[in-house]
Amino acid sequence: MAKGMATVPLDKAKVDRCRELAAAVASDVQSFIDEHTTVGVERTILRALGVDGVDGEGVSVVNRVIDRLQTARVLGRGVCTFVASELKGGAESIQDAAERLAFGDDVDFAAPLSPEESRRILAPHVTAALARIDEARGHREAFKATLPRSPEPHRYVIVATGNIHDDALQSKAAAKAGADVVAVIRATAQSLLDFVPHGATTEGFGGTFATQENFRIIRAATNEASARYGHYVQQTNYSSGLCMAEIAWMAAVEGLDMLLNDAMYGILFRDINMCRTFVDQYVSRRFIARAGIVINTGEDNYLTTADAVEKAHTVLASQFVNEAFALRAGLKNEQMGLGHAYEIDPSIENSFLLEIAQAQLVRQIFPTHPIKWMPPTKFKTGDIFQAHVHDAMFSLVGIVTKQSIQLLGMFSEAVHNPMLADRYLSLKATTYVHNTCKNLGDEIEFRTGGIVSARAELVLDEALTMLEGVARDGIWEAIGRGAFGDIKRTRTGGKGYAGVVRRSDNYVNPVLEALEA
Amino acid sequence: MIELPNHPIKAYGDREGDGMVQMSFVLRVTPCARAREAAKQFAEAHGLADPLVTTMEEAAEGFSYFVVYGHSKHTVNPGQIEVPEVTTVTMTRDVIEKRIKKLGRKIVLVGACTGSDAHTVGIDAIINYKGISGDKGLESYKGFEAYNLGAQVENEFLIERARAVGADAILVSQVITQRNCHKENGEALIEMLKAQGLRDKVICLFGGPRVDHALGLELGFEAGFGPGTKPSDVASYLVDRMCPAYDESPDA
Repeated sequence: MAKGMATVPLDKAKVDRCRELAAAVASDVQSFIDEHTTVGVERTILRALGVDGVDGEGVSVVNRVIDRLQTARVLGRGVCTFVASELKGGAESIQDAAERLAFGDDVDFAAPLSPEESRRILAPHVTAALARIDEARGHREAFKATLPRSPEPHRYVIVATGNIHDDALQSKAAAKAGADVVAVIRATAQSLLDFVPHGATTEGFGGTFATQENFRIIRAATNEASARYGHYVQQTNYSSGLCMAEIAWMAAVEGLDMLLNDAMYGILFRDINMCRTFVDQYVSRRFIARAGIVINTGEDNYLTTADAVEKAHTVLASQFVNEAFALRAGLKNEQMGLGHAYEIDPSIENSFLLEIAQAQLVRQIFPTHPIKWMPPTKFKTGDIFQAHVHDAMFSLVGIVTKQSIQLLGMFSEAVHNPMLADRYLSLKATTYVHNTCKNLGDEIEFRTGGIVSARAELVLDEALTMLEGVARDGIWEAIGRGAFGDIKRTRTGGKGYAGVVRRSDNYVNPVLEALEA
Repeated sequence: MIELPNHPIKAYGDREGDGMVQMSFVLRVTPCARAREAAKQFAEAHGLADPLVTTMEEAAEGFSYFVVYGHSKHTVNPGQIEVPEVTTVTMTRDVIEKRIKKLGRKIVLVGACTGSDAHTVGIDAIINYKGISGDKGLESYKGFEAYNLGAQVENEFLIERARAVGADAILVSQVITQRNCHKENGEALIEMLKAQGLRDKVICLFGGPRVDHALGLELGFEAGFGPGTKPSDVASYLVDRMCPAYDESPDA
């Protein structure tokens, strides 16, 4: 946080108390996480070890292996011991071992090796798995260091054509228009698929499938644009849904910079089972931590289902919880792009002041976090001209309160996925606001007892009260009564619960152990 | 530079060939289901397929304001279009000065806003020392002797001054375009130069926000310069026409 900027009053004791409560909530869940694995986690470990490819029906080898172990009811031991066993039994490589597990006639499901022996056999492969992530990170950071740093807020835009090659073209166009971050929106409902599609894809509704090959294609395109236009363009995708951990690993090895990744988003907004999500988010974040990727959390979504004035404190409370979970997965503050949004009904008098209060409060509570500022969506209409003005006001809050990452509003928000011209005009308008108001936040003060200060104090108080309740009841109960986003979920309900497996006493996962070390 | 396609192309929304176009307009109708359908049909009449009316609001009593998106069926082939363009490549200050030096004398020019036009913003941007957007004006070059006569200059006076200073070039700026007065003023100057037997002794350049090279040629000027023109563009054009080629060798 810059020195000299206008501040709202902040009771440090209350902030500390919020962090304590969030820590208690996360620790409670962590004991559950440490006792469980999921089909998604085990597939991720296989990929990390180097397993790739699909069978004749287009099904990924990793899915074949894990489904088979799950059917044999032995997944609680973790996939690693079975891979080690195949290697010991003569498999020529990790890939060969996986294919034997997937398709072989004589797999020994009773298995076989002690955790110690499994670790010993896999040790060189685990080293290689981590080296691959470290190398991709090193390569990305070295290239980034050759280009000038863009000023904050970083201007973040979305492409979503369904065709990765069109996305590549549009990413380059956005880079030329000044975008600092380009996200490829995923195809509708990919989050509910319990597998990651394979190869380059050219058809998708509402967005483009996240696949490893698509990551490669879009990364190459943005790198080319970065070099051509002389500023680094960060590449973003979605580590969420039933495959959040697998996608986190793909992003880690393909050099992505940011991932949408939230400890609770899938539970609330995609009705994914909470046990599944908590375990998956932890493992996904272990890979993310290692790769130096910045996460974007999804608190902005709460305000699309709940009222942005009444429920502003739920955003803050969730940010504390997301931070606590992220810390337990090894993320640094500088990797936590906690999300919030400009979603108050624009017809409310002084709503702009309330928006400033919330944005400033979040900025002060999380001073070193790359806070992600999300644009209005809920009150946008097909009147694109009015929407353009709405976005300009949002940008003004972004620059005054020094947000780190700003997802640009699109005047066509209520009409269609952004087109080339929409992004161009949005970048132009945002650059105008950011540039002309660059140091406005350093020149003003918020009046003590004024609307902005009072609002900030109220939101913190309400967040604290809410966190007291969540800590008292536990997060499982809190989500059950609709504490976040007014959405209620149950512990065993939702999608993907069948993929959650209790770890057996001899569970072994040397890849995860290495990431935790 | 990406080459222009030489085949019919459609408007580009977010995928090749989608033809996506947005229109906004007002119809003298009160917002209602029939008004919405009227807006849709109006868009269809403009060649938009599957129009989507995204906004219908009462902009005034009895008037509805609409925003519509749709897929335009129309195409255009840029490869088959002829547009005269000034082809001079803009040079650096250094090259411009060196080439004028090879000429062995300064390039003399006079510039003005002619007729009743009082808007000197264009001619000032090109000639005055300050220039525009960091591109210094012709006065800033050692190789140019430039006279900015300002606004509301009669063609007779402009020619008289051009003759008096021995101008190589006359620059005319026209901002006001009401009833095509810019065209009349420009044409009149050329006719007057011809009548006085001076036309082929001087390079005539025409500039302004509603000017392009085609219009300059149409009115009898050597070139037309439109919005976004920088002093270095004009300098390069004159140098290219008047000065010997520049030898890149170090002792040049």
